[in-house]
Amino acid sequence: MTIKNVKKRWKDIPIGGVIVEPKTSLRNKTGNWRVQKPVFHPERCIHCMLCVPYCPEDAFIVEDGKLKGINYDYCKGCGLCASVCPVKAITMEDENVEQENDEK
Amino acid sequence: MNPKEYSEKERALYSGHSSCAGCAMPVVTRSALASASEYNIVASAATGCLEVTTTIYPTSSWGVPWIHNTFENAAATISGVESAYKALSRKGKINKKYKFIAFGGDGGTYDIGLQSLSGALERGHNFLYICYDNEGYMNTGGQRSSASPFGASTTTSPAGTVHKGKEQWRKDLMKIAVAHNIPYVAQATIGNWPDMTMKFKKGIETNGPAVVVVLSPCILLWHIKPDEANTVSRLAIDSCFWPLYEVINGRYVLNYDPGKRKKPIEEFMKPQGRYKHLFKPENRHIIDFIQKRIDEEWEELKRRAEFDKAYIKSNSESEKQGRN
Repeated sequence: MTIKNVKKRWKDIPIGGVIVEPKTSLRNKTGNWRVQKPVFHPERCIHCMLCVPYCPEDAFIVEDGKLKGINYDYCKGCGLCASVCPVKAITMEDENVEQENDEK
Repeated sequence: MNPKEYSEKERALYSGHSSCAGCAMPVVTRSALASASEYNIVASAATGCLEVTTTIYPTSSWGVPWIHNTFENAAATISGVESAYKALSRKGKINKKYKFIAFGGDGGTYDIGLQSLSGALERGHNFLYICYDNEGYMNTGGQRSSASPFGASTTTSPAGTVHKGKEQWRKDLMKIAVAHNIPYVAQATIGNWPDMTMKFKKGIETNGPAVVVVLSPCILLWHIKPDEANTVSRLAIDSCFWPLYEVINGRYVLNYDPGKRKKPIEEFMKPQGRYKHLFKPENRHIIDFIQKRIDEEWEELKRRAEFDKAYIKSNSESEKQGRN
Protein backbone atom coordinates (compact mmCIF):
# COMPACT_ATOMS: atom_id res chain seq x y z
CA MET A 1 0.00 0.00 0.00
CA THR A 2 1.41 3.36 -0.95
CA ILE A 3 0.86 6.68 0.73
CA LYS A 4 -1.13 7.87 -2.31
CA ASN A 5 -3.92 5.38 -1.55
CA VAL A 6 -4.50 6.91 1.86
CA LYS A 7 -7.00 9.67 1.32
CA LYS A 8 -7.68 10.21 4.98
CA ARG A 9 -7.42 13.69 6.43
CA TRP A 10 -6.15 14.19 9.94
CA LYS A 11 -9.68 14.44 11.28
CA ASP A 12 -10.49 10.96 9.95
CA ILE A 13 -7.64 9.29 11.79
CA PRO A 14 -8.70 7.74 15.12
CA ILE A 15 -7.47 9.43 18.30
CA GLY A 16 -4.00 8.27 19.23
CA GLY A 17 -3.45 6.70 15.81
CA VAL A 18 -5.19 3.53 16.98
CA ILE A 19 -5.61 0.87 14.29
CA VAL A 20 -9.32 0.04 14.51
CA GLU A 21 -9.56 -2.65 11.81
CA PRO A 22 -8.09 -6.09 12.52
CA LYS A 23 -6.33 -8.27 9.91
CA THR A 24 -5.50 -5.28 7.70
CA SER A 25 -1.94 -6.51 7.13
CA LEU A 26 -3.40 -8.94 4.59
CA ARG A 27 -3.05 -5.98 2.21
CA ASN A 28 0.75 -6.20 2.44
CA LYS A 29 1.70 -8.85 -0.08
CA THR A 30 5.08 -10.04 1.14
CA GLY A 31 5.54 -12.58 -1.66
CA ASN A 32 7.91 -10.33 -3.59
CA TRP A 33 10.56 -10.77 -0.87
CA ARG A 34 11.18 -14.28 -2.11
CA VAL A 35 14.50 -15.44 -3.54
CA GLN A 36 13.79 -19.16 -3.44
CA LYS A 37 10.33 -20.61 -3.69
CA PRO A 38 8.93 -23.75 -2.11
CA VAL A 39 7.37 -26.19 -4.55
CA PHE A 40 4.70 -28.54 -3.21
CA HIS A 41 4.60 -32.11 -4.51
CA PRO A 42 1.11 -33.42 -3.63
CA GLU A 43 1.92 -36.99 -4.66
CA ARG A 44 4.52 -37.30 -1.87
CA CYS A 45 2.53 -35.49 0.83
CA ILE A 46 1.24 -37.56 3.77
CA HIS A 47 -0.80 -34.63 5.17
CA CYS A 48 0.91 -34.66 8.56
CA MET A 49 0.51 -30.84 8.59
CA LEU A 50 3.84 -30.32 10.33
CA CYS A 51 4.70 -27.54 7.89
CA VAL A 52 1.56 -25.57 8.75
CA PRO A 53 2.47 -24.47 12.29
CA TYR A 54 6.10 -23.94 11.30
CA CYS A 55 5.25 -21.46 8.54
CA PRO A 56 5.98 -17.96 9.89
CA GLU A 57 3.74 -16.43 7.21
CA ASP A 58 0.79 -18.81 7.58
CA ALA A 59 0.95 -19.32 3.81
CA PHE A 60 -0.37 -22.88 3.58
CA ILE A 61 -3.77 -23.59 2.07
CA VAL A 62 -5.57 -26.36 3.96
CA GLU A 63 -8.98 -27.64 2.87
CA ASP A 64 -10.90 -30.46 4.59
CA GLY A 65 -7.83 -31.70 6.47
CA LYS A 66 -5.73 -31.90 3.30
CA LEU A 67 -2.85 -29.72 2.29
CA LYS A 68 -3.74 -28.07 -1.02
CA GLY A 69 -0.87 -25.75 -1.75
CA ILE A 70 1.10 -22.65 -0.88
CA ASN A 71 -0.13 -19.08 -1.00
CA TYR A 72 2.62 -17.34 -2.96
CA ASP A 73 1.13 -13.93 -2.20
CA TYR A 74 2.63 -14.07 1.29
CA CYS A 75 5.34 -16.79 1.23
CA LYS A 76 8.74 -15.19 1.87
CA GLY A 77 10.61 -18.32 0.78
CA CYS A 78 12.46 -19.04 4.02
CA GLY A 79 12.45 -22.80 3.51
CA LEU A 80 11.48 -23.67 7.08
CA CYS A 81 8.64 -25.86 5.72
CA ALA A 82 11.06 -27.82 3.53
CA SER A 83 13.38 -28.34 6.51
CA VAL A 84 10.64 -29.81 8.74
CA CYS A 85 8.93 -31.93 6.07
CA PRO A 86 9.54 -35.62 6.91
CA VAL A 87 8.90 -36.92 3.37
CA LYS A 88 10.44 -34.08 1.32
CA ALA A 89 7.11 -33.15 -0.24
CA ILE A 90 8.28 -29.52 -0.32
CA THR A 91 11.45 -28.64 -2.21
CA MET A 92 13.11 -25.26 -2.63
CA GLU A 93 13.79 -23.94 -6.11
CA ASP A 94 15.20 -20.69 -7.37
CA GLU A 95 12.48 -18.13 -7.91
CA ASN A 96 13.36 -17.07 -11.45
CA VAL A 97 14.25 -20.43 -13.02
CA GLU A 98 10.98 -20.71 -14.91
CA GLN A 99 11.20 -17.18 -16.22
CA GLU A 100 14.73 -17.76 -17.52
CA ASN A 101 13.60 -20.93 -19.27
CA ASP A 102 10.75 -19.03 -20.90
CA GLU A 103 13.13 -16.39 -22.19
CA LYS A 104 15.36 -19.03 -23.78
CA MET B 1 -2.64 -29.92 20.27
CA ASN B 2 -1.16 -31.65 17.25
CA PRO B 3 -0.39 -30.00 13.88
CA LYS B 4 -3.60 -31.42 12.35
CA GLU B 5 -5.77 -29.81 15.00
CA TYR B 6 -3.81 -26.61 14.58
CA SER B 7 -4.34 -26.57 10.81
CA GLU B 8 -8.12 -26.59 11.30
CA LYS B 9 -8.13 -23.63 13.67
CA GLU B 10 -8.52 -20.05 12.59
CA ARG B 11 -5.33 -18.09 13.10
CA ALA B 12 -5.24 -15.00 15.23
CA LEU B 13 -2.06 -13.54 13.71
CA TYR B 14 -2.45 -13.00 9.99
CA SER B 15 -0.11 -12.95 7.00
CA GLY B 16 1.46 -9.79 5.71
CA HIS B 17 3.59 -8.89 8.70
CA SER B 18 7.12 -7.78 7.96
CA SER B 19 9.28 -10.09 10.07
CA CYS B 20 12.39 -11.53 8.42
CA ALA B 21 11.95 -14.64 6.28
CA GLY B 22 12.28 -17.67 8.53
CA CYS B 23 11.83 -15.81 11.82
CA ALA B 24 10.60 -18.05 14.62
CA MET B 25 8.73 -15.32 16.49
CA PRO B 26 5.48 -15.41 14.41
CA VAL B 27 5.49 -19.19 14.83
CA VAL B 28 5.63 -18.79 18.60
CA THR B 29 2.94 -16.10 18.67
CA ARG B 30 0.54 -17.88 16.33
CA SER B 31 0.92 -21.17 18.19
CA ALA B 32 0.30 -19.43 21.51
CA LEU B 33 -2.87 -17.77 20.24
CA ALA B 34 -4.04 -21.02 18.62
CA SER B 35 -3.52 -23.06 21.79
CA ALA B 36 -5.75 -20.58 23.63
CA SER B 37 -8.35 -20.41 20.87
CA GLU B 38 -11.20 -21.78 23.01
CA TYR B 39 -11.12 -18.58 25.02
CA ASN B 40 -11.59 -14.93 24.15
CA ILE B 41 -8.11 -13.47 24.26
CA VAL B 42 -6.73 -10.01 24.93
CA ALA B 43 -3.05 -9.67 24.07
CA SER B 44 -0.50 -7.04 24.91
CA ALA B 45 3.00 -6.72 23.55
CA ALA B 46 6.15 -5.00 24.65
CA THR B 47 8.09 -2.96 22.12
CA GLY B 48 10.27 -5.25 20.08
CA CYS B 49 10.32 -7.22 16.86
CA LEU B 50 6.80 -8.51 17.43
CA GLU B 51 5.25 -5.08 17.86
CA VAL B 52 7.24 -3.45 15.07
CA THR B 53 6.62 -6.12 12.44
CA THR B 54 2.96 -6.91 13.09
CA THR B 55 1.59 -3.38 13.36
CA ILE B 56 2.98 -1.25 10.57
CA TYR B 57 0.70 1.77 10.57
CA PRO B 58 -2.06 1.76 9.27
CA THR B 59 -2.21 -2.04 9.15
CA SER B 60 -2.38 -4.69 11.84
CA SER B 61 -1.85 -8.44 11.64
CA TRP B 62 -3.75 -9.19 14.82
CA GLY B 63 -7.15 -10.83 14.89
CA VAL B 64 -7.55 -10.42 18.66
CA PRO B 65 -7.75 -7.21 20.74
CA TRP B 66 -4.17 -6.05 21.12
CA ILE B 67 -2.55 -3.33 23.18
CA HIS B 68 0.91 -1.87 22.92
CA ASN B 69 2.44 0.28 25.58
CA THR B 70 6.00 1.41 26.20
CA PHE B 71 8.93 -0.99 26.22
CA GLU B 72 8.82 -1.96 29.88
CA ASN B 73 5.07 -2.14 30.34
CA ALA B 74 3.68 -5.30 28.70
CA ALA B 75 3.05 -7.01 32.04
CA ALA B 76 1.84 -3.83 33.76
CA THR B 77 -0.59 -3.09 30.91
CA ILE B 78 -2.08 -6.56 30.86
CA SER B 79 -2.44 -6.58 34.63
CA GLY B 80 -4.40 -3.31 34.38
CA VAL B 81 -6.62 -4.78 31.68
CA GLU B 82 -7.18 -7.89 33.76
CA SER B 83 -8.14 -5.84 36.83
CA ALA B 84 -10.56 -3.74 34.77
CA TYR B 85 -12.11 -6.91 33.37
CA LYS B 86 -12.57 -8.31 36.89
CA ALA B 87 -14.18 -5.10 38.11
CA LEU B 88 -16.53 -4.81 35.13
CA SER B 89 -17.57 -8.46 35.27
CA ARG B 90 -18.30 -8.06 38.99
CA LYS B 91 -20.66 -5.22 38.08
CA GLY B 92 -22.23 -7.37 35.39
CA LYS B 93 -21.11 -5.19 32.48
CA ILE B 94 -19.11 -7.98 30.81
CA ASN B 95 -20.56 -11.47 30.58
CA LYS B 96 -17.99 -13.14 28.31
CA LYS B 97 -14.98 -14.98 29.72
CA TYR B 98 -11.62 -13.57 28.77
CA LYS B 99 -8.02 -14.73 29.06
CA PHE B 100 -4.97 -12.50 28.94
CA ILE B 101 -1.62 -13.00 27.25
CA ALA B 102 1.37 -10.66 27.31
CA PHE B 103 4.17 -11.03 24.79
CA GLY B 104 7.65 -9.66 25.33
CA GLY B 105 11.02 -10.08 23.73
CA ASP B 106 14.07 -10.74 25.83
CA GLY B 107 14.92 -7.03 25.97
CA GLY B 108 11.42 -6.21 27.19
CA THR B 109 11.48 -9.05 29.70
CA TYR B 110 15.00 -9.73 30.98
CA ASP B 111 16.19 -6.12 31.05
CA ILE B 112 13.74 -3.29 30.68
CA GLY B 113 10.46 -4.92 31.68
CA LEU B 114 11.77 -6.99 34.57
CA GLN B 115 10.33 -4.82 37.32
CA SER B 116 6.86 -4.58 35.77
CA LEU B 117 6.85 -8.35 35.17
CA SER B 118 7.96 -8.92 38.76
CA GLY B 119 5.21 -6.62 40.03
CA ALA B 120 2.52 -8.34 37.95
CA LEU B 121 3.66 -11.78 39.10
CA GLU B 122 3.73 -10.69 42.73
CA ARG B 123 0.22 -9.20 42.55
CA GLY B 124 -1.00 -12.53 41.20
CA HIS B 125 -2.96 -11.40 38.16
CA ASN B 126 -4.49 -14.16 36.10
CA PHE B 127 -2.44 -13.94 32.91
CA LEU B 128 0.14 -15.73 30.79
CA TYR B 129 3.43 -14.02 30.01
CA ILE B 130 5.29 -15.32 26.96
CA CYS B 131 8.86 -14.24 26.45
CA TYR B 132 10.23 -15.00 22.98
CA ASP B 133 13.91 -15.01 23.70
CA ASN B 134 16.07 -14.21 20.67
CA GLU B 135 19.03 -13.35 22.88
CA GLY B 136 19.61 -9.71 22.07
CA TYR B 137 18.04 -6.44 20.92
CA MET B 138 17.63 -7.81 17.41
CA ASN B 139 15.12 -5.18 16.29
CA THR B 140 17.64 -2.34 16.70
CA GLY B 141 20.64 -4.13 15.23
CA GLY B 142 21.72 -6.83 17.64
CA GLN B 143 22.93 -5.13 20.80
CA ARG B 144 23.70 -7.35 23.77
CA SER B 145 20.97 -7.99 26.30
CA SER B 146 21.23 -9.85 29.58
CA ALA B 147 19.84 -12.86 27.72
CA SER B 148 22.73 -12.97 25.24
CA PRO B 149 24.79 -16.07 25.92
CA PHE B 150 28.41 -16.09 27.03
CA GLY B 151 30.88 -15.72 24.17
CA ALA B 152 28.37 -14.54 21.57
CA SER B 153 29.50 -11.67 19.39
CA THR B 154 26.95 -8.83 19.39
CA THR B 155 27.24 -5.27 18.10
CA THR B 156 27.94 -3.89 21.59
CA SER B 157 30.16 -6.80 22.64
CA PRO B 158 31.96 -7.55 19.37
CA ALA B 159 34.60 -10.23 19.12
CA GLY B 160 38.08 -8.87 18.52
CA THR B 161 41.65 -9.38 19.63
CA VAL B 162 41.07 -8.44 23.29
CA HIS B 163 37.41 -9.27 23.97
CA LYS B 164 35.94 -12.53 22.76
CA GLY B 165 32.25 -11.70 22.61
CA LYS B 166 30.00 -11.23 25.62
CA GLU B 167 31.88 -11.77 28.87
CA GLN B 168 29.00 -12.37 31.26
CA TRP B 169 26.86 -15.44 31.73
CA ARG B 170 23.25 -15.08 30.66
CA LYS B 171 20.54 -14.21 33.18
CA ASP B 172 18.36 -17.10 34.29
CA LEU B 173 14.82 -15.74 34.00
CA MET B 174 13.34 -19.09 34.99
CA LYS B 175 14.86 -18.88 38.45
CA ILE B 176 13.68 -15.28 38.86
CA ALA B 177 10.14 -16.25 37.87
CA VAL B 178 10.21 -19.32 40.13
CA ALA B 179 11.30 -17.12 43.05
CA HIS B 180 7.93 -15.34 42.85
CA ASN B 181 6.22 -18.59 43.92
CA ILE B 182 3.81 -18.53 40.98
CA PRO B 183 1.85 -21.60 39.91
CA TYR B 184 3.40 -22.21 36.49
CA VAL B 185 6.77 -21.44 34.89
CA ALA B 186 8.08 -23.27 31.83
CA GLN B 187 10.86 -23.20 29.29
CA ALA B 188 10.20 -24.22 25.69
CA THR B 189 11.47 -23.76 22.16
CA ILE B 190 10.08 -24.10 18.65
CA GLY B 191 12.36 -27.12 18.07
CA ASN B 192 9.81 -29.19 19.97
CA TRP B 193 6.49 -27.78 18.79
CA PRO B 194 4.04 -30.15 20.58
CA ASP B 195 5.86 -29.57 23.87
CA MET B 196 5.72 -25.79 23.34
CA THR B 197 1.96 -25.71 22.64
CA MET B 198 1.34 -28.05 25.61
CA LYS B 199 3.09 -25.50 27.81
CA PHE B 200 1.11 -22.58 26.37
CA LYS B 201 -2.10 -24.49 27.03
CA LYS B 202 -1.11 -25.28 30.60
CA GLY B 203 -0.10 -21.67 31.10
CA ILE B 204 -3.39 -20.27 29.83
CA GLU B 205 -5.41 -22.70 31.95
CA THR B 206 -3.47 -21.90 35.10
CA ASN B 207 -5.46 -19.87 37.59
CA GLY B 208 -2.91 -17.20 38.39
CA PRO B 209 0.21 -15.85 36.74
CA ALA B 210 2.17 -18.11 34.40
CA VAL B 211 5.42 -17.50 32.53
CA VAL B 212 6.67 -19.40 29.47
CA VAL B 213 10.14 -18.56 28.15
CA VAL B 214 10.61 -19.63 24.53
CA LEU B 215 13.91 -19.74 22.67
CA SER B 216 13.18 -18.18 19.29
CA PRO B 217 16.17 -18.10 16.91
CA CYS B 218 16.93 -14.83 15.13
CA ILE B 219 17.95 -15.41 11.53
CA LEU B 220 19.73 -12.15 10.95
CA LEU B 221 21.90 -11.73 14.03
CA TRP B 222 22.57 -15.30 15.02
CA HIS B 223 23.89 -15.43 11.44
CA ILE B 224 22.05 -18.60 10.49
CA LYS B 225 20.33 -19.57 7.25
CA PRO B 226 16.58 -18.78 6.98
CA ASP B 227 15.59 -22.44 7.12
CA GLU B 228 17.70 -23.31 10.17
CA ALA B 229 15.52 -21.95 12.99
CA ASN B 230 14.12 -25.38 13.72
CA THR B 231 17.37 -27.34 13.51
CA VAL B 232 19.29 -24.86 15.66
CA SER B 233 16.65 -24.89 18.38
CA ARG B 234 16.62 -28.68 18.29
CA LEU B 235 20.39 -28.60 18.84
CA ALA B 236 19.83 -26.21 21.74
CA ILE B 237 17.62 -28.85 23.37
CA ASP B 238 19.96 -31.75 22.63
CA SER B 239 23.08 -29.94 23.84
CA CYS B 240 21.25 -28.94 27.07
CA PHE B 241 21.86 -25.27 26.32
CA TRP B 242 18.07 -24.89 26.54
CA PRO B 243 16.66 -27.80 28.58
CA LEU B 244 12.90 -28.32 28.41
CA TYR B 245 11.43 -28.22 31.88
CA GLU B 246 8.53 -26.74 33.77
CA VAL B 247 8.05 -25.69 37.37
CA ILE B 248 4.55 -26.43 38.67
CA ASN B 249 3.83 -24.92 42.09
CA GLY B 250 7.56 -24.72 42.80
CA ARG B 251 8.28 -28.33 41.82
CA TYR B 252 10.63 -29.01 38.90
CA VAL B 253 9.52 -31.40 36.16
CA LEU B 254 11.95 -32.34 33.40
CA ASN B 255 10.16 -32.78 30.06
CA TYR B 256 13.02 -34.13 27.97
CA ASP B 257 16.30 -35.76 28.87
CA PRO B 258 18.61 -36.45 25.91
CA GLY B 259 20.51 -38.99 28.06
CA LYS B 260 23.32 -40.63 26.11
CA ARG B 261 22.42 -38.65 22.99
CA LYS B 262 23.41 -35.39 24.70
CA LYS B 263 25.42 -33.42 22.16
CA PRO B 264 28.47 -31.25 22.81
CA ILE B 265 27.81 -27.51 22.85
CA GLU B 266 29.94 -27.02 19.70
CA GLU B 267 27.20 -28.61 17.62
CA PHE B 268 24.79 -25.91 18.74
CA MET B 269 27.39 -23.18 18.14
CA LYS B 270 28.72 -24.36 14.81
CA PRO B 271 25.84 -23.23 12.53
CA GLN B 272 25.75 -19.80 14.15
CA GLY B 273 27.94 -16.99 12.84
CA ARG B 274 27.91 -15.17 16.17
CA TYR B 275 30.13 -17.91 17.65
CA LYS B 276 32.50 -18.03 14.66
CA HIS B 277 35.44 -16.50 16.56
CA LEU B 278 35.32 -19.23 19.22
CA PHE B 279 36.34 -21.88 16.69
CA LYS B 280 39.81 -20.40 16.29
CA PRO B 281 42.37 -22.67 18.01
CA GLU B 282 43.42 -19.99 20.55
CA ASN B 283 39.82 -19.60 21.80
CA ARG B 284 39.31 -23.28 22.55
CA HIS B 285 39.36 -22.64 26.31
CA ILE B 286 36.21 -20.48 26.03
CA ILE B 287 34.23 -23.35 24.51
CA ASP B 288 35.55 -25.66 27.22
CA PHE B 289 34.45 -23.18 29.88
CA ILE B 290 30.96 -22.90 28.37
CA GLN B 291 30.69 -26.69 28.11
CA LYS B 292 31.73 -27.10 31.75
CA ARG B 293 29.23 -24.55 33.01
CA ILE B 294 26.37 -25.91 30.89
CA ASP B 295 27.10 -29.41 32.20
CA GLU B 296 27.03 -28.08 35.77
CA GLU B 297 23.70 -26.34 35.21
CA TRP B 298 22.25 -29.43 33.55
CA GLU B 299 23.38 -31.67 36.42
CA GLU B 300 21.87 -29.27 38.94
CA LEU B 301 18.58 -29.21 37.02
CA LYS B 302 18.52 -33.01 36.87
CA ARG B 303 19.18 -33.22 40.62
CA ARG B 304 16.31 -30.84 41.36
CA ALA B 305 13.94 -32.68 39.03
CA GLU B 306 14.95 -36.02 40.58
CA PHE B 307 14.36 -34.67 44.08
CA ASP B 308 10.98 -33.16 43.21
CA LYS B 309 9.91 -36.31 41.37
CA ALA B 310 10.16 -38.27 44.61
CA TYR B 311 8.28 -35.50 46.42
CA ILE B 312 5.46 -35.36 43.84
CA LYS B 313 5.18 -39.16 43.91
CA SER B 314 4.98 -39.38 47.70
CA ASN B 315 2.53 -36.46 47.73
CA SER B 316 0.19 -38.09 45.21
CA GLU B 317 0.40 -41.41 47.12
CA SER B 318 -0.48 -39.76 50.40
CA GLU B 319 -3.38 -37.99 48.67
CA LYS B 320 -4.65 -41.35 47.43
CA GLN B 321 -4.39 -42.82 50.91
CA GLY B 322 -6.20 -39.81 52.31
CA ARG B 323 -9.06 -40.38 49.89
CA ASN B 324 -9.29 -44.06 50.76
